[in-house]
Amino acid sequence: MIAAADLRKSYKDQPALRGVSFSVASGELYAYLGPNGAGKTTTIRIMTGLTRPDSGTALVAGRDLLRDPKAKAGVGMVAQTINLDMELTVAENLDIHGRLFGMSRTRRREKAAEWLGRVELSGRADSQVKTLSGGLRRRVMIARALMHEPAALFLDEPTVGLDADIRRQIWALIKDLQASGVAIFLTTHYIEEAEALADRVAFLRDGLITATDTPRNLIEAIGAWAAVDLTGKSPAAFFQERADAMAHAACQAGGVAVRPTSLEDAYLRAMGSGVLEPDACLEAKAGPAATTTSGGAR
Amino acid sequence: MIQGALAVYYREMALMRRRGFRLLAGMAVSPLLYFVTFGQAVGRTAQMDGVSYAAFLLPGLVAMNSMMQAYSMASEINISRFYFRIFDEFMASPIGPAAYVLGEVMAGVTRGLAASAVIVLMGTLFGVDFQAGPLFWLGAMLNAFFFAGLAVAMAMVVRTHQDQATLTNFVITPMAFLGGTFFPVEKLPGLAAAAVWFLPLTHASRAIRLASQGRPVPYVEWALLAGAGLLCLLLAMRLTRRVQD
Repeated sequence: MIAAADLRKSYKDQPALRGVSFSVASGELYAYLGPNGAGKTTTIRIMTGLTRPDSGTALVAGRDLLRDPKAKAGVGMVAQTINLDMELTVAENLDIHGRLFGMSRTRRREKAAEWLGRVELSGRADSQVKTLSGGLRRRVMIARALMHEPAALFLDEPTVGLDADIRRQIWALIKDLQASGVAIFLTTHYIEEAEALADRVAFLRDGLITATDTPRNLIEAIGAWAAVDLTGKSPAAFFQERADAMAHAACQAGGVAVRPTSLEDAYLRAMGSGVLEPDACLEAKAGPAATTTSGGAR
Repeated sequence: MIQGALAVYYREMALMRRRGFRLLAGMAVSPLLYFVTFGQAVGRTAQMDGVSYAAFLLPGLVAMNSMMQAYSMASEINISRFYFRIFDEFMASPIGPAAYVLGEVMAGVTRGLAASAVIVLMGTLFGVDFQAGPLFWLGAMLNAFFFAGLAVAMAMVVRTHQDQATLTNFVITPMAFLGGTFFPVEKLPGLAAAAVWFLPLTHASRAIRLASQGRPVPYVEWALLAGAGLLCLLLAMRLTRRVQD
């Protein structure tokens, strides 16, 4: 449903993307993780037709976004910034979006009512956007992005700045969309968000995808156990066996916790942090287990 | 393309309706001050070009105010582009850059005509002797068309609000004072008098002023305003397309 092949983009000789390829199937949620400046926003801007790549192809529902502007009708986007008209009402914002996507008046009204219902904002249609909270504005943006029934939805950090409760509500909405068959491309800085929602995750570093897989496989690739220095002075070490992690922790000066690995560990490892192999300490010493904060097999 | 342009235009009109009185008051304050100060206080008994100074000044204010309001689209677009990021909503839709520009220019023309209507109302209330026939409005419309196109083009070039303010200070404000609003440009000294004929506002002021006095407007004025407006429209379309690169 979404397919990108060898996307490349430079800004004044500074490469932002260096050959990025991925595909997202209908009903799949693909999370795209990377540090600031890795190329996440550039990717999403290319895939929503906001920026032209230097080379590569970008397809949505089989249509080439770069050659066929009408292909944008198959794309929905929820930007990181709240880009609603604050002075206008919720209904007016949705109506303008429907007009931009060539929807008839009847269909605009039907779809606006339907989507405001789905995001639980039916009673706020006539409220000016500036009177809504951040969480409600984000819901309006989701309703707006979906009212023209796109095949692909791009979410650029959709829960940034929202409190945990609202974030969970947005997650539930995203899961509903996924179940309805929309291909979803998500960028986020919240690793737990990707872990909770994504079917597959890609790690992006310096304009290149360094790993793509299911969250489970990405975690397993670094080992089941992490020994983490609680002071943050030493990098985390990852182990397949808990006993090895405990032994490694025992070698350290103290303040080392052993716990099951997470997607965040896999991400940090992909970004060049942490070590996959135990250091010389493990070979030199053998002793009792150090501090343990988490136990039990995963 | 028309459907997309109408969507953009509809959004601008919705905002205009929402701002209502605030917007109209903003359109009226400066010209009212100019009109009261120069037209009524200073020029009550003065004559210019064979008419009262108030009758001379009024079409100049129409040209200036329609220019200002049409050009204010540049600030609106800048705010929507850099602050609210609503510009991305347009660019991510299937309407295309040409439709976007056309919609914004149509909105600029509407603002220009509304600003002209405010001056006409003001002149009527003050009992100024002038005619606001079809050619008068054609002049105001072509003037707004040119400056709305220029506004969209400039909005695609500037990078910050500060750039926008600088451009307004160095281009639009001098034009407002030198483009035949307050005095006949022939009164300027030699080279300056020749130079101001390169300003579009000079031609707009002249066309609107002649029409307001019921005198014939040379075809060249219409051709210049329409041609320059069309060039700005095409330039704006080209620059908007470039924003995506």
